[in-house]
Amino acid sequence: MKQADIVVIGGGPAGLCAAISAAQSGAGVLIIDKNKNLGGQLIKQTHMFFGSEKQYASTRGIDIPEILMKELDKYREKVEIKTNSTALGLYEDGIITVLEKEDNYYKIEPKAVIVATGAYEKFLSFPNNDLPGIYGAGAVQTLMNVHGVKPGDRVLMVGAGNIGLIVSYQLMQAGVEVKAIIDAAPKIGGYLVHASKIRRMGVPILTSHTVKEAIGQDFLEKAVVWEVDERFNPIPGTEVTFDVDVMCISVGLTPLNELLAMRGCQMKYVPQLSGLVPVRNENYETSVENIFVAGDASGVEEASAAMVEGFLAGLCAAAKIGYKADDFDDRRKDYMNQLNNLRSGPAGSHILMGLEQIRR
Amino acid sequence: MRIKEHPILKFNKVKKIKFVFNGREMEGYEGETIAAALHAQGVKVLGKSLFLHRPRGFYCAIGNCSSCLMTVNGVANVKTCITDLEEGMIVETQDGKGVIV
Ligand SMILES: Cc1cc2nc3c(=O)[nH]c(=O)nc-3n(C[C@H](O)[C@H](O)[C@H](O)COP(=O)(O)OP(=O)(O)OC[C@H]3O[C@@H](n4cnc5c(N)ncnc54)[C@H](O)[C@@H]3O)c2cc1C
Ligand code: FES
Repeated sequence: MKQADIVVIGGGPAGLCAAISAAQSGAGVLIIDKNKNLGGQLIKQTHMFFGSEKQYASTRGIDIPEILMKELDKYREKVEIKTNSTALGLYEDGIITVLEKEDNYYKIEPKAVIVATGAYEKFLSFPNNDLPGIYGAGAVQTLMNVHGVKPGDRVLMVGAGNIGLIVSYQLMQAGVEVKAIIDAAPKIGGYLVHASKIRRMGVPILTSHTVKEAIGQDFLEKAVVWEVDERFNPIPGTEVTFDVDVMCISVGLTPLNELLAMRGCQMKYVPQLSGLVPVRNENYETSVENIFVAGDASGVEEASAAMVEGFLAGLCAAAKIGYKADDFDDRRKDYMNQLNNLRSGPAGSHILMGLEQIRR
Repeated sequence: MRIKEHPILKFNKVKKIKFVFNGREMEGYEGETIAAALHAQGVKVLGKSLFLHRPRGFYCAIGNCSSCLMTVNGVANVKTCITDLEEGMIVETQDGKGVIV
């Protein structure tokens, strides 16, 4: 059995920052990620980030992991990284089971765990929604921006939130035609700057529209959409058919944190945080001692908040197992202030309402 | 279906890799996943569903959903969206659960 001070599960922005913070405090850290690259969702975000400068606003998402990896490299002798490794289970006796690639299965006994596994994309139900060609917006980004492969030639984007708008723009940058963006809500959810830019490029954004059905034999050939009334009931006779080979689903994310539920952490369904999330204290420690959470796994926000939560959880997890940083109090306060600032806007008040429900 | 020009990104496609898909020889590039290499060749159907045998393609592309399971070098249920292509790989569409033993 492998021993470790702190195991960080997930090496996205939250996990990387947690690792930096814990190692900086003097704890040994083991990062486990199922992907071959660290950086989580950032490795496909080609756009300049919004947020504040402390969290790398106006840096392209793809460039942030490198900055964090450089920082982490300063604590090289404290940090071990395992990629292509999936944490399969988090057991009551504290043991973590890991599968590296397809065949190396082993166990770890950690003193503390930080779960930073991110989120997964929600799905939408309509007839034939399982046809190949219907992909998550994040998947399309990975295919284009990581592998340089186009998802198809003509796309219908479902969802006009920031992700839907940004991925539509990135599709056009890759030379793919976006036929339309639809959203069931009566108003565009994403930032208007993004929406206007896309409209100027000739892409219609149809609000109060949803998918009626997908049509195709072996893969998507056509998509039929229709209008909905103010109570989201579809209006027969308003159908429009699009000739598309890709439908991109961008209807939000939901936290990926089954490991915490498995470990017995108290979980609660909080709509403002986009799903089932663990109850935790100010230090991001869950209801189970020495099990921490950070990033989208603790509630869907943005990379900026994920990073600060990571720093905070890493700092506090290290202190909890005996590696208290000299400037612990100052840093803890600074991270808490940063989180408060990030949550000061209108979207933030929504998040704060959610956080209220899971405070320990 | 590969992106030829991009305003921001450069794709480092250097080393070609040969592999076999359902008995057909194909080419992809080192560093890309099996699912990406297949998609670049226009292959969208990666398998068939468990009970109704409906076509399955990838969905999340980050290893979360299991929609992309294929049989690779005789091993069933490989998540092809996060498994890198290797020289000489034998990749097969998988119908249903796949044969484990
Ligand atoms: C299109 C798009 C645009 C965005 N734009 C912005 C923006 O402009 N500004 C902004 O602040 N945010 C933006 N975001 C949001 C941001 O990307 C996420 O909030 C952020 O990546 C969350 O970080 P995380 O570390 O919590 O999770 P992730 O980045 O999802 O990382 C989680 C990691 O955990 C790993 N993992 C999961 N389960 C396991 C397991 N069982 N075992 C091992 N490893 C596991 C995964 O492989 C992954 O690497 C955007 C997101 C998208 C999709
Ligand atoms: S497409 Fe979701 S696991 Fe591969």
